[in-house]
Amino acid sequence: MNLKLKALTKSLWVFHLCIGGSCNNCDIEILDLLTPRYDVERFGIMLIGSIRHADVLLITGSLSRKAAPRAKRLYEQMPKPGVVVAVGSCALGRGIFKDSYNTPCPLDELIPVDLYIPGCPPKPEAIIAGIVKLIKKVRGV
Amino acid sequence: MIKIFFNYLIFPGFLFSACVGLIAGWIDRKVTARIQWRVGPPWYQNFVDIVKLLGKETIVPAGAKITFLLSPVLGLLSTILVATILGVTVRLPLESFAGDLIVVLYLLIIPAIAIIIGASSSHNPLASVGASREMKLVLGYELPFILSIIVVIIKSAGSIQIGSILNHQINFGSNLASFSGILAFLVAIICMQAKLGFVPFDMSEAEQEIMAGVFIEYSGLPLAIFKLTKAILLYTMPLLLIILFWGRDLTPLVLIAKYTALLVTIILIKNTNPRLRIDQALRFFWGPITALAIIAVILALLGL
Repeated sequence: MNLKLKALTKSLWVFHLCIGGSCNNCDIEILDLLTPRYDVERFGIMLIGSIRHADVLLITGSLSRKAAPRAKRLYEQMPKPGVVVAVGSCALGRGIFKDSYNTPCPLDELIPVDLYIPGCPPKPEAIIAGIVKLIKKVRGV
Repeated sequence: MIKIFFNYLIFPGFLFSACVGLIAGWIDRKVTARIQWRVGPPWYQNFVDIVKLLGKETIVPAGAKITFLLSPVLGLLSTILVATILGVTVRLPLESFAGDLIVVLYLLIIPAIAIIIGASSSHNPLASVGASREMKLVLGYELPFILSIIVVIIKSAGSIQIGSILNHQINFGSNLASFSGILAFLVAIICMQAKLGFVPFDMSEAEQEIMAGVFIEYSGLPLAIFKLTKAILLYTMPLLLIILFWGRDLTPLVLIAKYTALLVTIILIKNTNPRLRIDQALRFFWGPITALAIIAVILALLGL
Protein backbone atom coordinates (compact mmCIF):
# COMPACT_ATOMS: atom_id res chain seq x y z
CA MET A 1 0.00 0.00 0.00
CA ASN A 2 1.47 3.34 -0.91
CA LEU A 3 2.42 6.14 1.47
CA LYS A 4 0.26 8.72 -0.26
CA LEU A 5 -3.02 6.93 0.43
CA LYS A 6 -1.96 5.93 3.94
CA ALA A 7 -1.21 9.58 4.81
CA LEU A 8 -4.50 10.59 3.18
CA THR A 9 -6.54 8.26 5.38
CA LYS A 10 -4.70 9.41 8.50
CA SER A 11 -5.49 13.07 7.95
CA LEU A 12 -8.85 13.67 6.29
CA TRP A 13 -9.71 17.36 5.99
CA VAL A 14 -13.42 17.81 5.48
CA PHE A 15 -15.19 20.53 3.54
CA HIS A 16 -18.83 20.62 4.59
CA LEU A 17 -21.35 21.60 1.93
CA CYS A 18 -25.09 21.89 2.54
CA ILE A 19 -26.93 22.02 -0.77
CA GLY A 20 -30.42 23.37 -1.02
CA GLY A 21 -33.37 21.71 0.72
CA SER A 22 -32.41 20.44 4.12
CA CYS A 23 -33.56 20.82 7.71
CA ASN A 24 -29.93 21.24 8.95
CA ASN A 25 -30.29 18.31 11.30
CA CYS A 26 -27.59 16.32 9.47
CA ASP A 27 -25.30 19.35 9.79
CA ILE A 28 -25.84 19.35 13.54
CA GLU A 29 -25.06 15.63 13.75
CA ILE A 30 -21.85 16.24 11.79
CA LEU A 31 -20.80 18.99 14.18
CA ASP A 32 -21.49 16.49 16.99
CA LEU A 33 -18.54 14.47 15.68
CA LEU A 34 -16.16 17.28 16.65
CA THR A 35 -17.48 17.64 20.19
CA PRO A 36 -15.72 16.08 23.22
CA ARG A 37 -18.01 13.04 23.18
CA TYR A 38 -16.89 11.75 19.76
CA ASP A 39 -13.78 13.90 18.99
CA VAL A 40 -12.80 12.73 15.52
CA GLU A 41 -9.74 15.00 15.61
CA ARG A 42 -8.12 12.01 17.36
CA PHE A 43 -7.94 10.47 13.88
CA GLY A 44 -6.81 13.66 12.16
CA ILE A 45 -10.24 14.61 10.80
CA MET A 46 -10.71 18.38 10.71
CA LEU A 47 -13.25 20.80 9.28
CA ILE A 48 -11.59 23.13 6.78
CA GLY A 49 -12.65 26.50 5.42
CA SER A 50 -11.54 26.27 1.80
CA ILE A 51 -12.34 23.54 -0.76
CA ARG A 52 -8.73 23.73 -2.04
CA HIS A 53 -7.49 22.28 1.26
CA ALA A 54 -10.10 19.52 1.40
CA ASP A 55 -9.77 15.75 1.01
CA VAL A 56 -13.42 15.02 1.70
CA LEU A 57 -16.37 16.84 0.17
CA LEU A 58 -19.16 16.14 2.65
CA ILE A 59 -22.61 16.87 1.28
CA THR A 60 -25.92 17.10 3.13
CA GLY A 61 -29.37 18.12 1.91
CA SER A 62 -31.29 17.37 -1.27
CA LEU A 63 -29.84 18.83 -4.43
CA SER A 64 -31.78 21.89 -5.58
CA ARG A 65 -31.82 23.40 -9.05
CA LYS A 66 -29.82 26.44 -7.94
CA ALA A 67 -27.24 24.40 -6.03
CA ALA A 68 -26.58 21.74 -8.67
CA PRO A 69 -24.05 23.70 -10.81
CA ARG A 70 -22.30 24.95 -7.67
CA ALA A 71 -21.96 21.45 -6.22
CA LYS A 72 -20.48 20.25 -9.50
CA ARG A 73 -18.05 23.17 -9.58
CA LEU A 74 -16.95 22.54 -6.00
CA TYR A 75 -16.30 18.90 -6.86
CA GLU A 76 -14.12 20.01 -9.78
CA GLN A 77 -12.26 22.51 -7.56
CA MET A 78 -11.29 19.85 -5.00
CA PRO A 79 -7.65 18.73 -5.40
CA LYS A 80 -7.45 15.00 -6.17
CA PRO A 81 -7.17 12.40 -4.67
CA GLY A 82 -10.32 13.18 -2.74
CA VAL A 83 -13.58 11.50 -1.84
CA VAL A 84 -17.22 12.56 -1.79
CA VAL A 85 -19.42 11.62 1.15
CA ALA A 86 -23.22 11.99 1.13
CA VAL A 87 -24.85 12.14 4.55
CA GLY A 88 -28.58 11.72 5.21
CA SER A 89 -31.59 10.54 3.24
CA CYS A 90 -31.96 13.86 1.41
CA ALA A 91 -28.46 13.72 -0.06
CA LEU A 92 -28.81 10.04 -0.93
CA GLY A 93 -32.16 9.99 -2.67
CA ARG A 94 -33.83 13.37 -2.17
CA GLY A 95 -35.74 12.12 0.91
CA ILE A 96 -39.17 13.68 1.35
CA PHE A 97 -38.41 16.16 -1.43
CA LYS A 98 -38.45 13.37 -4.06
CA ASP A 99 -41.46 14.76 -5.94
CA SER A 100 -40.59 18.44 -5.57
CA TYR A 101 -40.30 20.66 -8.67
CA ASN A 102 -36.97 21.96 -7.34
CA THR A 103 -34.98 18.73 -6.96
CA PRO A 104 -34.01 17.67 -10.47
CA CYS A 105 -31.92 14.58 -9.67
CA PRO A 106 -30.29 12.69 -6.80
CA LEU A 107 -26.75 13.73 -5.95
CA ASP A 108 -24.97 10.68 -7.39
CA GLU A 109 -26.32 11.35 -10.87
CA LEU A 110 -24.40 14.65 -10.82
CA ILE A 111 -21.06 13.77 -9.20
CA PRO A 112 -19.55 10.42 -8.17
CA VAL A 113 -20.31 9.62 -4.52
CA ASP A 114 -17.90 7.32 -2.67
CA LEU A 115 -19.74 6.85 0.61
CA TYR A 116 -23.47 6.85 1.36
CA ILE A 117 -24.55 7.29 4.98
CA PRO A 118 -28.34 6.80 5.25
CA GLY A 119 -30.52 8.04 8.08
CA CYS A 120 -32.73 11.01 8.85
CA PRO A 121 -30.48 12.15 10.41
CA PRO A 122 -27.82 9.43 10.83
CA LYS A 123 -26.47 9.10 14.35
CA PRO A 124 -22.84 10.18 14.89
CA GLU A 125 -21.95 6.51 15.50
CA ALA A 126 -23.34 5.67 12.06
CA ILE A 127 -21.24 8.41 10.45
CA ILE A 128 -18.10 7.14 12.22
CA ALA A 129 -18.87 3.57 11.09
CA GLY A 130 -19.21 4.87 7.52
CA ILE A 131 -15.88 6.69 7.69
CA VAL A 132 -14.19 3.52 8.98
CA LYS A 133 -15.59 1.54 6.05
CA LEU A 134 -14.40 4.21 3.61
CA ILE A 135 -10.89 4.26 5.09
CA LYS A 136 -10.67 0.47 4.90
CA LYS A 137 -11.77 0.57 1.28
CA VAL A 138 -9.26 3.29 0.33
CA ARG A 139 -6.49 1.32 2.01
CA GLY A 140 -7.61 -1.87 0.29
CA VAL A 141 -7.82 -3.90 3.50
CA MET B 1 31.30 25.58 3.00
CA ILE B 2 29.99 22.10 3.81
CA LYS B 3 29.52 23.25 7.39
CA ILE B 4 27.38 26.18 6.25
CA PHE B 5 25.17 23.89 4.18
CA PHE B 6 24.94 21.44 7.06
CA ASN B 7 23.93 24.28 9.38
CA TYR B 8 21.36 25.59 6.93
CA LEU B 9 19.81 22.31 5.82
CA ILE B 10 20.16 19.92 8.72
CA PHE B 11 21.08 20.74 12.28
CA PRO B 12 19.90 24.10 13.49
CA GLY B 13 18.38 24.77 10.09
CA PHE B 14 15.65 23.21 8.01
CA LEU B 15 15.31 19.60 9.15
CA PHE B 16 15.73 20.20 12.87
CA SER B 17 13.60 23.33 13.08
CA ALA B 18 10.86 21.79 10.94
CA CYS B 19 10.69 18.73 13.22
CA VAL B 20 10.66 20.86 16.38
CA GLY B 21 8.09 23.21 14.86
CA LEU B 22 5.76 20.39 13.80
CA ILE B 23 5.98 18.86 17.28
CA ALA B 24 5.27 22.32 18.75
CA GLY B 25 2.25 22.45 16.44
CA TRP B 26 1.15 19.11 17.90
CA ILE B 27 1.52 20.54 21.43
CA ASP B 28 -0.69 23.40 20.27
CA ARG B 29 -3.40 21.03 19.01
CA LYS B 30 -3.14 18.74 22.03
CA VAL B 31 -3.34 21.54 24.62
CA THR B 32 -6.25 23.08 22.70
CA ALA B 33 -8.01 19.71 22.73
CA ARG B 34 -7.41 19.21 26.46
CA ILE B 35 -8.79 22.71 27.17
CA GLN B 36 -11.93 21.76 25.23
CA TRP B 37 -12.13 18.46 27.17
CA ARG B 38 -11.21 16.40 24.12
CA VAL B 39 -8.39 13.90 23.57
CA GLY B 40 -6.62 15.42 20.62
CA PRO B 41 -4.51 13.98 17.78
CA PRO B 42 -1.45 11.69 18.12
CA TRP B 43 2.03 13.25 18.15
CA TYR B 44 2.81 12.49 14.48
CA GLN B 45 -0.39 14.15 13.20
CA ASN B 46 1.30 17.26 11.74
CA PHE B 47 3.92 15.15 9.95
CA VAL B 48 1.13 13.09 8.38
CA ASP B 49 -0.62 16.28 7.31
CA ILE B 50 2.52 17.52 5.53
CA VAL B 51 3.11 14.15 3.80
CA LYS B 52 -0.51 14.06 2.70
CA LEU B 53 -0.34 17.60 1.27
CA LEU B 54 2.79 16.63 -0.69
CA GLY B 55 0.78 13.84 -2.33
CA LYS B 56 -2.12 16.06 -3.34
CA GLU B 57 -2.72 17.81 -6.63
CA THR B 58 -1.43 21.39 -6.90
CA ILE B 59 -4.03 23.65 -8.46
CA VAL B 60 -3.01 27.02 -9.89
CA PRO B 61 -6.07 29.23 -10.34
CA ALA B 62 -6.67 30.85 -13.72
CA GLY B 63 -5.10 34.31 -13.88
CA ALA B 64 -2.59 33.69 -11.09
CA LYS B 65 0.87 35.15 -11.50
CA ILE B 66 4.18 33.27 -11.16
CA THR B 67 4.57 34.74 -7.65
CA PHE B 68 1.71 32.47 -6.57
CA LEU B 69 4.15 29.55 -6.55
CA LEU B 70 7.32 31.50 -5.69
CA SER B 71 6.14 33.31 -2.56
CA PRO B 72 5.78 30.22 -0.30
CA VAL B 73 9.39 29.30 -1.08
CA LEU B 74 10.51 32.86 -0.29
CA GLY B 75 8.84 32.71 3.12
CA LEU B 76 10.27 29.26 3.90
CA LEU B 77 13.85 30.19 2.91
CA SER B 78 13.89 33.29 5.12
CA THR B 79 12.42 31.51 8.16
CA ILE B 80 15.00 28.73 7.81
CA LEU B 81 17.71 31.41 7.75
CA VAL B 82 16.39 32.88 11.01
CA ALA B 83 16.26 29.41 12.59
CA THR B 84 19.85 28.77 11.50
CA ILE B 85 21.19 32.08 12.84
CA LEU B 86 19.45 31.62 16.18
CA GLY B 87 20.43 27.95 16.50
CA VAL B 88 24.10 28.61 15.78
CA THR B 89 24.11 31.54 18.21
CA VAL B 90 22.62 29.47 21.03
CA ARG B 91 25.28 26.79 20.57
CA LEU B 92 28.28 29.10 19.99
CA PRO B 93 27.52 32.72 21.06
CA LEU B 94 30.93 33.90 19.79
CA GLU B 95 30.20 32.81 16.20
CA SER B 96 27.52 35.45 15.64
CA PHE B 97 28.32 38.45 13.45
CA ALA B 98 27.82 42.15 14.18
CA GLY B 99 24.29 43.36 13.47
CA ASP B 100 22.66 39.95 13.20
CA LEU B 101 19.77 41.16 15.38
CA ILE B 102 18.83 43.62 12.62
CA VAL B 103 19.11 40.85 10.00
CA VAL B 104 16.83 38.60 12.07
CA LEU B 105 14.27 41.39 12.49
CA TYR B 106 14.15 41.97 8.73
CA LEU B 107 14.01 38.26 7.90
CA LEU B 108 11.10 37.78 10.30
CA ILE B 109 8.95 40.22 8.30
CA ILE B 110 9.51 38.30 5.05
CA PRO B 111 7.06 35.41 5.81
CA ALA B 112 4.25 37.96 6.27
CA ILE B 113 5.27 39.69 3.03
CA ALA B 114 5.36 36.31 1.26
CA ILE B 115 1.83 35.60 2.45
CA ILE B 116 0.68 39.02 1.20
CA ILE B 117 2.31 38.53 -2.21
CA GLY B 118 0.94 35.00 -2.59
CA ALA B 119 -2.56 35.98 -1.56
CA SER B 120 -2.73 39.01 -3.83
CA SER B 121 -1.45 37.05 -6.82
CA SER B 122 -3.99 34.26 -6.34
CA HIS B 123 -6.79 36.14 -8.08
CA ASN B 124 -9.41 35.58 -5.41
CA PRO B 125 -11.46 38.34 -3.76
CA LEU B 126 -11.46 36.67 -0.33
CA ALA B 127 -7.69 36.21 -0.52
CA SER B 128 -7.25 39.91 -1.28
CA VAL B 129 -9.39 40.78 1.75
CA GLY B 130 -7.09 38.53 3.79
CA ALA B 131 -3.98 40.12 2.26
CA SER B 132 -5.17 43.63 3.13
CA ARG B 133 -5.86 42.54 6.72
CA GLU B 134 -2.41 40.93 6.97
CA MET B 135 -0.82 44.12 5.65
CA LYS B 136 -2.57 46.27 8.26
CA LEU B 137 -1.65 43.79 10.98
CA VAL B 138 2.04 43.94 9.98
CA LEU B 139 1.89 47.75 10.18
CA GLY B 140 0.30 47.38 13.59
CA TYR B 141 2.62 44.98 15.36
CA GLU B 142 6.01 45.93 13.92
CA LEU B 143 6.27 49.25 15.80
CA PRO B 144 5.77 47.91 19.36
CA PHE B 145 7.82 44.78 18.54
CA ILE B 146 10.83 46.84 17.45
CA LEU B 147 10.39 49.19 20.44
CA SER B 148 10.48 46.20 22.79
CA ILE B 149 13.67 44.99 21.12
CA ILE B 150 15.19 48.46 21.49
CA VAL B 151 14.71 47.95 25.24
CA VAL B 152 16.92 44.87 25.00
CA ILE B 153 19.52 46.80 23.00
CA ILE B 154 19.59 49.60 25.59
CA LYS B 155 19.87 47.15 28.47
CA SER B 156 22.79 45.29 26.91
CA ALA B 157 24.87 48.45 26.45
CA GLY B 158 23.90 49.23 22.87
CA SER B 159 24.87 45.92 21.35
CA ILE B 160 23.06 44.74 18.21
CA GLN B 161 24.77 41.36 18.13
CA ILE B 162 22.75 38.41 19.49
CA GLY B 163 25.87 36.65 20.80
CA SER B 164 27.00 39.65 22.87
CA ILE B 165 23.44 40.19 24.14
CA LEU B 166 23.58 36.59 25.38
CA ASN B 167 27.00 37.13 26.95
CA HIS B 168 25.78 40.30 28.62
CA GLN B 169 22.87 38.39 30.16
CA ILE B 170 25.17 35.59 31.33
CA ASN B 171 27.35 38.19 33.10
CA PHE B 172 24.72 40.60 34.45
CA GLY B 173 21.51 38.52 34.72
CA SER B 174 18.51 38.14 32.40
CA ASN B 175 16.94 41.19 30.81
CA LEU B 176 13.65 39.91 32.20
CA ALA B 177 14.74 40.63 35.77
CA SER B 178 13.84 44.32 35.69
CA PHE B 179 10.72 46.46 35.31
CA SER B 180 11.50 47.58 31.77
CA GLY B 181 12.39 43.99 30.82
CA ILE B 182 9.06 42.63 32.09
CA LEU B 183 7.07 45.31 30.25
CA ALA B 184 8.99 44.78 27.01
CA PHE B 185 8.59 41.00 27.33
CA LEU B 186 4.80 41.33 27.67
CA VAL B 187 4.68 43.58 24.61
CA ALA B 188 6.87 41.15 22.67
CA ILE B 189 4.66 38.17 23.60
CA ILE B 190 1.56 39.93 22.27
CA CYS B 191 3.39 40.95 19.07
CA MET B 192 4.58 37.35 18.71
CA GLN B 193 0.96 36.22 18.93
CA ALA B 194 0.17 38.45 15.97
CA LYS B 195 3.28 37.39 14.03
CA LEU B 196 2.32 33.73 14.41
CA GLY B 197 -1.26 34.45 13.37
CA PHE B 198 -2.68 33.02 16.60
CA VAL B 199 -6.23 33.61 17.60
CA PRO B 200 -6.84 37.11 18.84
CA PHE B 201 -5.01 38.28 15.72
CA ASP B 202 -5.84 35.62 13.11
CA MET B 203 -8.21 37.84 11.13
CA SER B 204 -6.13 37.39 7.96
CA GLU B 205 -7.03 33.70 7.76
CA ALA B 206 -10.34 33.80 9.60
CA GLU B 207 -11.85 30.45 8.68
CA GLN B 208 -15.43 31.26 9.54
CA GLU B 209 -15.77 34.57 7.72
CA ILE B 210 -13.34 34.62 4.78
CA MET B 211 -12.66 30.86 4.47
CA ALA B 212 -8.94 30.60 5.28
CA GLY B 213 -8.45 34.05 3.70
CA VAL B 214 -4.89 34.36 2.43
CA PHE B 215 -4.50 30.60 1.91
CA ILE B 216 -7.84 30.05 0.19
CA GLU B 217 -6.44 29.16 -3.26
CA TYR B 218 -3.44 27.15 -2.07
CA SER B 219 -3.44 23.37 -2.32
CA GLY B 220 -0.91 20.55 -2.28
CA LEU B 221 2.79 21.45 -2.24
CA PRO B 222 2.56 25.27 -1.81
CA LEU B 223 0.12 24.82 1.09
CA ALA B 224 2.50 22.30 2.66
CA ILE B 225 5.33 24.85 2.35
CA PHE B 226 3.19 27.50 4.04
CA LYS B 227 2.33 25.05 6.84
CA LEU B 228 6.06 24.30 7.28
CA THR B 229 6.82 28.04 7.36
CA LYS B 230 4.25 28.52 10.09
CA ALA B 231 5.70 25.55 12.00
CA ILE B 232 9.27 26.87 11.80
CA LEU B 233 8.04 30.30 12.86
CA LEU B 234 6.39 28.66 15.86
CA TYR B 235 9.85 27.37 16.77
CA THR B 236 11.89 30.50 16.03
CA MET B 237 9.74 33.25 17.52
CA PRO B 238 9.63 31.92 21.12
CA LEU B 239 13.32 31.00 20.78
CA LEU B 240 14.16 34.59 19.76
CA LEU B 241 12.26 36.00 22.75
CA ILE B 242 13.98 33.54 25.11
CA ILE B 243 17.40 34.52 23.74
CA LEU B 244 16.70 38.24 23.98
CA PHE B 245 14.91 38.42 27.33
CA TRP B 246 15.44 35.20 29.25
CA GLY B 247 18.90 34.09 28.12
CA ARG B 248 20.83 33.69 31.34
CA ASP B 249 20.90 29.89 31.35
CA LEU B 250 20.56 28.17 27.98
CA THR B 251 21.69 24.61 28.68
CA PRO B 252 19.54 22.20 26.61
CA LEU B 253 17.17 21.03 29.35
CA VAL B 254 16.57 24.53 30.70
CA LEU B 255 16.07 25.84 27.16
CA ILE B 256 13.46 23.14 26.44
CA ALA B 257 11.66 23.94 29.71
CA LYS B 258 11.63 27.68 28.94
CA TYR B 259 10.49 27.09 25.37
CA THR B 260 7.65 24.81 26.46
CA ALA B 261 6.52 27.28 29.13
CA LEU B 262 6.42 30.15 26.62
CA LEU B 263 4.67 27.95 24.03
CA VAL B 264 1.96 26.86 26.46
CA THR B 265 1.48 30.49 27.50
CA ILE B 266 0.76 31.62 23.95
CA ILE B 267 -1.48 28.59 23.39
CA LEU B 268 -3.48 29.56 26.49
CA ILE B 269 -3.77 33.14 25.21
CA LYS B 270 -4.94 31.69 21.90
CA ASN B 271 -7.61 29.53 23.48
CA THR B 272 -9.07 32.04 25.90
CA ASN B 273 -9.59 34.98 23.54
CA PRO B 274 -12.03 35.69 20.71
CA ARG B 275 -10.87 37.03 17.36
CA LEU B 276 -10.56 40.82 17.13
CA ARG B 277 -11.71 42.84 14.16
CA ILE B 278 -8.88 44.41 12.18
CA ASP B 279 -9.68 47.96 13.37
CA GLN B 280 -9.78 46.79 16.99
CA ALA B 281 -6.41 45.08 16.52
CA LEU B 282 -4.82 48.21 15.02
CA ARG B 283 -6.22 50.39 17.81
CA PHE B 284 -4.93 47.87 20.34
CA PHE B 285 -1.40 47.81 18.88
CA TRP B 286 -1.02 51.52 18.19
CA GLY B 287 -2.68 52.54 21.47
CA PRO B 288 -2.00 50.67 24.73
CA ILE B 289 0.68 48.31 23.43
CA THR B 290 2.84 51.03 21.87
CA ALA B 291 2.35 53.15 25.00
CA LEU B 292 3.55 50.23 27.15
CA ALA B 293 6.55 49.74 24.87
CA ILE B 294 7.46 53.46 25.08
CA ILE B 295 7.19 53.34 28.88
CA ALA B 296 9.51 50.32 28.81
CA VAL B 297 12.02 52.21 26.66
CA ILE B 298 11.97 55.21 29.05
CA LEU B 299 12.40 52.92 32.07
CA ALA B 300 15.32 51.20 30.34
CA LEU B 301 16.93 54.59 29.62
CA LEU B 302 16.55 55.45 33.32
CA GLY B 303 18.29 52.19 34.13
CA LEU B 304 15.40 50.38 35.79
